[in-house]
Amino acid sequence: MRRFEEKAGQLYGMGLIAGFCHLYIGQEAVVTGIQAALEEGDQVITGYRDHAHMLACGMSANGVMAELTGREGGYSRGKGGSMHMFSRDKQFFGGHGIVGAQVSLGTGLALADQYKGNKKVCATYFGDGAANQGQVYESFNMAKLWNLPVIYVIENNQYAMGTAVKRASSEVELYKRGISFGIPGEQVDGMDVLAVKAAADKAVKHAREGNGPYILEMKTYRYRGHSMSDPAKYRTRDEVNEVREHRDPIDLVKKLIMDAEYASEDDLKEIEKRVKAVVNESAEFAKNSPEPDPSELYTDVLIEA
Amino acid sequence: MPTKNMIQALNSAMDVVLDRDDDVVIFGEDAGYFGGVFGATQGLQKKYGLDRVFDAPINEAAIVAMAIGMSAKGLRPVAEIQFADYIFPGFDQVVSELSRIRYRSAGQFTTPVTIRTPCGGGIRGGQTHSMSPEAFFTHIPGVKVVMPSNPYDAKGLLIASVESDDPVIFFEPKRIYNGPFNGVPDAPLTSWATHPKGEVPDEHYTVPLGKAEIVRAGSELTIVTYGTLVHVAQSAAEKAGIDAEIIDLRTIVPYDMETIAASVNKTGRVIVAHEAPRTSGFGAELIAQIQEECFYALEAPVARITGWDTPYPHAHEWAYFPGQERFIRTMKTVMEA
Repeated sequence: MRRFEEKAGQLYGMGLIAGFCHLYIGQEAVVTGIQAALEEGDQVITGYRDHAHMLACGMSANGVMAELTGREGGYSRGKGGSMHMFSRDKQFFGGHGIVGAQVSLGTGLALADQYKGNKKVCATYFGDGAANQGQVYESFNMAKLWNLPVIYVIENNQYAMGTAVKRASSEVELYKRGISFGIPGEQVDGMDVLAVKAAADKAVKHAREGNGPYILEMKTYRYRGHSMSDPAKYRTRDEVNEVREHRDPIDLVKKLIMDAEYASEDDLKEIEKRVKAVVNESAEFAKNSPEPDPSELYTDVLIEA
Repeated sequence: MPTKNMIQALNSAMDVVLDRDDDVVIFGEDAGYFGGVFGATQGLQKKYGLDRVFDAPINEAAIVAMAIGMSAKGLRPVAEIQFADYIFPGFDQVVSELSRIRYRSAGQFTTPVTIRTPCGGGIRGGQTHSMSPEAFFTHIPGVKVVMPSNPYDAKGLLIASVESDDPVIFFEPKRIYNGPFNGVPDAPLTSWATHPKGEVPDEHYTVPLGKAEIVRAGSELTIVTYGTLVHVAQSAAEKAGIDAEIIDLRTIVPYDMETIAASVNKTGRVIVAHEAPRTSGFGAELIAQIQEECFYALEAPVARITGWDTPYPHAHEWAYFPGQERFIRTMKTVMEA
């Protein structure tokens, strides 16, 4: 994920990715831990910082990168771009650019699951900024009223674009936002993938067994700006460096692996090499995939026009 | 043939689709237990159960979003927004999600949602219970917009909407739920039972989306309209003694330009009419298209009959509502031009 995002950042710098591109670097433990708790057929929906979620769902790096460059080989054939990708095959329902809109949609997906009685769960991701949108609370109410199989994952990376949580939220402990609806909530160290996984296991079990929604507030941090055009002047360099040096989610996993001797330094280097190869290939694919035909402008609007 | 008013026809349509397809679910504010504020869903929860016909909290944004989420997973939700005036909290979900998920997933997901909502004035509802907001929805690529003018079409169009794989915003002119309305406020109420379009079969049938109907054939003048004003136009034409051809659009988007152009090319004179305010109303789109396609056939400037550019008033409702007088005056002006 991190190498993919770094490569996306490079391609953006080279002008191959245009428009908006929100990188997930620093937050990787969240989606990794949550996805590890899901089973096949469970679905995922998120906001605009979505590349890592797609990779975690098993979508191909080639297809995601080619969507970023707006090419035919992209998941939405270039029609969506960074924030707007879907995969029916991997049960990934986007990729949504309107902050908070996906929370209600994810609740609707869970309502469909309940109707079908298929014992599936919907992981609905949103950020600390989206947590203040009104329709989030409309959704919380319905989710608990009908005990829908949905887990709400609040990725609290501390900043809604450039606004710190405390500047925008009267209650900064976001896991408490479900209290008045009767939805249990938990705050989790979102930089520790094992803590995330353990919390997710509990939440998913709760939802799958018909007990209704569950809120997980993941305390996490993004290293890069909100988008590529954000110099992140609303926080100090020291603050970012402090997290990078002491709380980095990938360093933590590396340490765990080395300490327990699950793998050697050489093994990890080998994995790193393979990851680089996948990412490099995706960049090549995304550069070489043709642009969509202009006739695609008018397809997929209405079925019967 | 059984007769039905518009509410009964809509109820029958929902009964038919619920019966035929387990993927159809119906929900909205008061839509379940209570059976709808106008009674359109009456008896359906009892017949089909709580899972398929249910009440929603007063959350229009989430109601629309729930429907979208369910539809992306293969269901065919019919969501009721109690009054069209209430739809705006859900407008973002219509604009940004409902209309576009098919496009931005490159066809991987479709959202066959039908949103039913009563619209229009004539019931002294004031500014938050009388709007005709259809034009807003005609400006959103990816949704269809429908407004029936009678019980037969209401049932057939609603079934077609639910069965369509595209999302549909289905406006129901509430002034004519119980009977056709000719625009004269103190005229005695007429019942659908005596109107030919009040004859509504109990079984399944569809009225195709995107097809207008010529409700009165004529040679001197074309009137293009929809909803309640179809009846006002018919009555006014009789009174004025003008041989008008009256076209009921039925589907506002995509609209049936073929039928409109054929009529305009024959008559050379056109009025477009709607209850909604004038500026940027759907009439403006119709006029633009008419002049593009029929300019050389026109004998007179195209005229518009609309509501005013004001909120829908409570006190002077009939000064706002485009009634017979406005129709007759405009028809004469267009004939004399």
